[in-house]
Amino acid sequence: MQTATVFSFHGGIHPPENKAQSLRLPLGRPSLPNELILPLGQHIGQSSRPLINVGDKVLKGQTIAINNGFLSSFLHAPTSGTIKAIEERPIAHPSGLSDVCIVITPDGEEQWDTLTPLQHWNTLSKTDVLAYLAEMGIVGMGGAGFPTQVKLQGAHKHPLTHFIINAAECEPYITADDMLIREKTIELVLGIEALQHLVEAEQVIIGIEDNKPTAIAELNKVLSDRLSTIQVAVVPTKYPSGGEKQLIQLITGKEVPSGQYPADIGILCQNVGTCVAVHDAIFLGKPLISRFTTLTGDVLKAPQNVEVLLGTPISHLLDYAENDSKKLKRLVMGGPMMGFTLDSANVPIVKTSNCVLAASKKELPQPAPEQACIRCGMCEQACPASLLPQQLLWFSKSQELEKAEHYNLFDCIECGACSYVCPSSIPLVQYYRHTKSSIREAREAAVKSDLAKQRFEARKARQDAEAAEKEAKRVARQKASANKTTDGKKVAPKVTPATAAAATATPAGDDSKKLKIDLAIAKTKLKKLQKQLLAAQESEHTEEIGTLQLQANEQEKAVALLEEQLAKVEEQLTKAVASAPAASPKAPASDELKKAKVDVALSGTKLKKTQKQLAESPDDAELQAKVAGFEKELADAQARLSKLAADAPASSTAPKAAAPKAAVSDELKKAKVDVALLGVKLKKTQKQLADAPDDSELQAKVAGFEKELGEAQARLATLTSQAPVAQPAATASAGDELKKLKIDTAIAKAAVKKVEKALKKAEDLNSPELDTIRQQLQDAQKRADDLEKALANPTTVASSAAPAASAPASDETARNAEHIKKQKIAAALAKAQINKLNKRLADSPQDADSIQLEITAAKQKQQDAEAQLTQLQAQLTPSQDNTQENR
Amino acid sequence: MALLRVTSPHTQRAGRRTSWVMLMVILATVPGIAMQTWLFGWGTIINIVIAAIAALASEALILSIRRRAVAFFLKDYSALLTAVLLGIALPPTVAWWVTVTAVAFAIIFAKQLYGGLGNNPFNPAMVGYAIVLVSFPVPMTQWVGAHELLSSGAIPTFSQSLQAIFQHLPNIDSYTMATPLDAFKHKNELPSAEAFNTIDALQTASLNSWLWINGAYLLGGVMLLWLRVITWHTPAALLAALAAIAGAFYLIDPSHAATPLFHLTTGAAMFGAFFIATDPVSSCTSNRGKLVYGAGIGILIYIIRTWGGYPDGVAFGVLLMNFAAPLIDYYTQPRTYGHQKAKKGLKIGEDN
Repeated sequence: MQTATVFSFHGGIHPPENKAQSLRLPLGRPSLPNELILPLGQHIGQSSRPLINVGDKVLKGQTIAINNGFLSSFLHAPTSGTIKAIEERPIAHPSGLSDVCIVITPDGEEQWDTLTPLQHWNTLSKTDVLAYLAEMGIVGMGGAGFPTQVKLQGAHKHPLTHFIINAAECEPYITADDMLIREKTIELVLGIEALQHLVEAEQVIIGIEDNKPTAIAELNKVLSDRLSTIQVAVVPTKYPSGGEKQLIQLITGKEVPSGQYPADIGILCQNVGTCVAVHDAIFLGKPLISRFTTLTGDVLKAPQNVEVLLGTPISHLLDYAENDSKKLKRLVMGGPMMGFTLDSANVPIVKTSNCVLAASKKELPQPAPEQACIRCGMCEQACPASLLPQQLLWFSKSQELEKAEHYNLFDCIECGACSYVCPSSIPLVQYYRHTKSSIREAREAAVKSDLAKQRFEARKARQDAEAAEKEAKRVARQKASANKTTDGKKVAPKVTPATAAAATATPAGDDSKKLKIDLAIAKTKLKKLQKQLLAAQESEHTEEIGTLQLQANEQEKAVALLEEQLAKVEEQLTKAVASAPAASPKAPASDELKKAKVDVALSGTKLKKTQKQLAESPDDAELQAKVAGFEKELADAQARLSKLAADAPASSTAPKAAAPKAAVSDELKKAKVDVALLGVKLKKTQKQLADAPDDSELQAKVAGFEKELGEAQARLATLTSQAPVAQPAATASAGDELKKLKIDTAIAKAAVKKVEKALKKAEDLNSPELDTIRQQLQDAQKRADDLEKALANPTTVASSAAPAASAPASDETARNAEHIKKQKIAAALAKAQINKLNKRLADSPQDADSIQLEITAAKQKQQDAEAQLTQLQAQLTPSQDNTQENR
Repeated sequence: MALLRVTSPHTQRAGRRTSWVMLMVILATVPGIAMQTWLFGWGTIINIVIAAIAALASEALILSIRRRAVAFFLKDYSALLTAVLLGIALPPTVAWWVTVTAVAFAIIFAKQLYGGLGNNPFNPAMVGYAIVLVSFPVPMTQWVGAHELLSSGAIPTFSQSLQAIFQHLPNIDSYTMATPLDAFKHKNELPSAEAFNTIDALQTASLNSWLWINGAYLLGGVMLLWLRVITWHTPAALLAALAAIAGAFYLIDPSHAATPLFHLTTGAAMFGAFFIATDPVSSCTSNRGKLVYGAGIGILIYIIRTWGGYPDGVAFGVLLMNFAAPLIDYYTQPRTYGHQKAKKGLKIGEDN
């Protein structure tokens, strides 16, 4: 035995000790209560998992709950009996809340489970010993209830210089550790030796306050008998010398760095109670089922220390200590400095309950009314953490959280020394607790908002990138198709319509391939987003759900857009293909079309139904999956439908040529407009519906629109199938070209609009891509103008196509044919020139005048050629009629 | 049983309330008051009574206007303490309305308008003192002299003091004379040695009376230290700084400067060090801060006494350092347990 040097710590107070009361009587052993209430969370960390069921018979020391994860502990039956219930009971907790408890009705037989002490603990691997300690339910008994095996494992981070046994017990009134040392000195020393074997510290020191002379004498006796190297450091009585950080400073002179643990500076602290529990577990095989608790306070006629079974209701103990319940005004679990008040005595003793203080009004009077802080600084002189409590109060009151944090509020150990000395009776600790939780909340909120901000920015960047990519693709596509259209037009007069159609078909085919790829990518993205959304909903990340929902919606929109585009392109493609003489049979196609429509309608209904269900229970993963499936089906069906719809009218065009057409084409146009209009309306309403999925009115509207749309589409389909019948094949092909131009124009216009939008956005953001976007805008506008010009000259296209188409039909006279061919070439040449000039005009608006002149000249030429051509055609008409009849 | 639900801690140090703190400071002034009465007559006690009545009345008036519990706040003795400190600081024969003005201003403007006890940035007593010192300079510089040196040969009696305070004492001039500080300040180019030989107020009798008074306040201050109502930091730093700067200038120019002992034992040196500068509300809060604060006051006292417009500089020194106290507080935070070094200033977000 040696005596260690003792350092000092700043501040501290000397409240009346009040320890004598509970030391007058010897250690008491209360009788078995009617029931034992064992909370599942008696330690820091996850609550234990019960192993037994209601009605089970348990033996004393039998494991009744096992650890639930790393930071958790085991729980054992403190006596033999029956499991009465596993239910919520009020527990001893500052919050006053209830927790799940195992309730045991003792059978009074105290029948032990087989006890298996850990033989050869000093030769076993340390991990095994630690695991054994965990199974014995041993936690820190000083107050926090930190699972001991976890603490011991943590102590291996650095080589330990000091292993400190905390026997200071600085809180007034409490004498449980004092009594424990007196009663179980040898057990304590053996427990310390076992722990020292596990942690292998350089020095083992018992820190004890000098107000426990009996305990110190007993310890010294045992230690010198055993020739032990364990030192006893007698520290002066000063609250809070038993605080872990303060005791470390007292014994080693070192400070635990702020925000770190003693293990980080090679120090481990254990409470004496824990050491005895370790002894009982290793040498006797007894799990932690009882503890020493001080019963004190002037309400008790027989204040004393008791060895009490865990789970014993405090009311039972108060009765045992002859409680005068009329006088009881404040029931404190723990000491008067850091303990917390209990609402009732019907809560159980747990592994960390070291004291029950039953006080009358006289002993613990109501706190005096709070007065103004006069910054007297007494709190500062008392603070063991060298804080400025008066400043912290100031910041707490004014909610200056940052300043409070800057003044190291989080180094406050809530010992209560400042409140104790405060002449103005300010509940300083309570202010600090409140401010600490405010700061924690603020931190969490800050983290959350940071995350949201990051997510938002990432999303925005991604969207911009996607938009730019899409735009670039569109521009590329536009260029390609514009070039090829011109090519096709140039070729058209020379070659057969089939070739011309094929020429148009190629770029359209390319487009469709590209679109298909895009669509696939977009769909994959959508699926991914939906998956993320599902995950977010499962783990209830509210803000994430919102963002993901938005993203998913947008992606859906993008997919729809792509599908639409694809359908359009495919329509074009099929039309172009179909305009060639080779025509596909119409009837089966129309049958298929009908079927596809039915499919679409069916899956649409299914989807709607499931979506409605989903709206009612948005967390149902199954439903979500269903919706996704239906959406896919619907999309598939729609794609098929649009393909077929495109096929059907096209296939019907080619074989039938020449018929009255004006009226039909007008109607066709009207029907198309109707469809487009309805489509827009439908989309709009669907969007509204997405925002408010429960609005039955909106749903009805959507259904109505869908119906109307279906009708209009049907009408359109019939009309389109009629129209080409009435038109000569040549006109059809010309009409195709015209349509294509229109589409191109529309796309170009859309591109302009989009680029304008992007420009505006970029301007708002003052982005460096401004110039690029402006350039893009100009290009797009140019293209749009170009196309519009071309569109304004449909005659050129039509008339030039017309003779070409009529060519195969007119084989009347070689001369006429030759003539026609010549004129045709002339017209084509003129047209080509016009195109070229137009292009030049677009490219160089500064030479506009001269080019315009040239264009006029070229147009004149063309008109001449056309006039001749008409003449020739007039001659040809009879023969054409014949052909018609022949067919 | 209805159990009380309170947060920890559940006990408080018995008896040491704010009122106790204030009362202890008041009681600690008793030796000084007794000495002043012994040497200068009943004027001081009469002043204190007038001041106390004015202070309690002003405090009650403002508290009732502010709809605060009047009795609760009057019982904290803080207004009474302000009154006592002002009563001591004012000349023993000063007219009653000067006292009332000073006290009313101290309580109403320097204390209650800032939010009452604990919220005043400036020492209320010194604000009140400064106001009357600036406003009524003549009555404020009429101090009763040591009786050996007075033309009347005796200090004013109780009735004479009452007459001087409430009416007019015709032969007041035969009782008053300059204080040693005042006399020393107005010795002009006279060398120190000659001044101490020729000027009345600088004779041993006069110097001794002030030495006794300062000694009495030192005694009271030691009582406060012993009771741990105040810490040693502010008074020690103040006196040390005053002695150091006085010593430095005395070494440089012994013929014109006064000795450090002269500075420490005349005027309000001890009273200011232990009773004025230690006002916790308006002073610095950390121990290191108190050292800086006290030293600042000590230096300012010397500067004002030597080169300023007033014979003594405690009031202005304290008020000037009151201005600086919040700043000093930011730069003198103690090193918290577990931290490598103390934080300085207020760089938010730079926590270690």
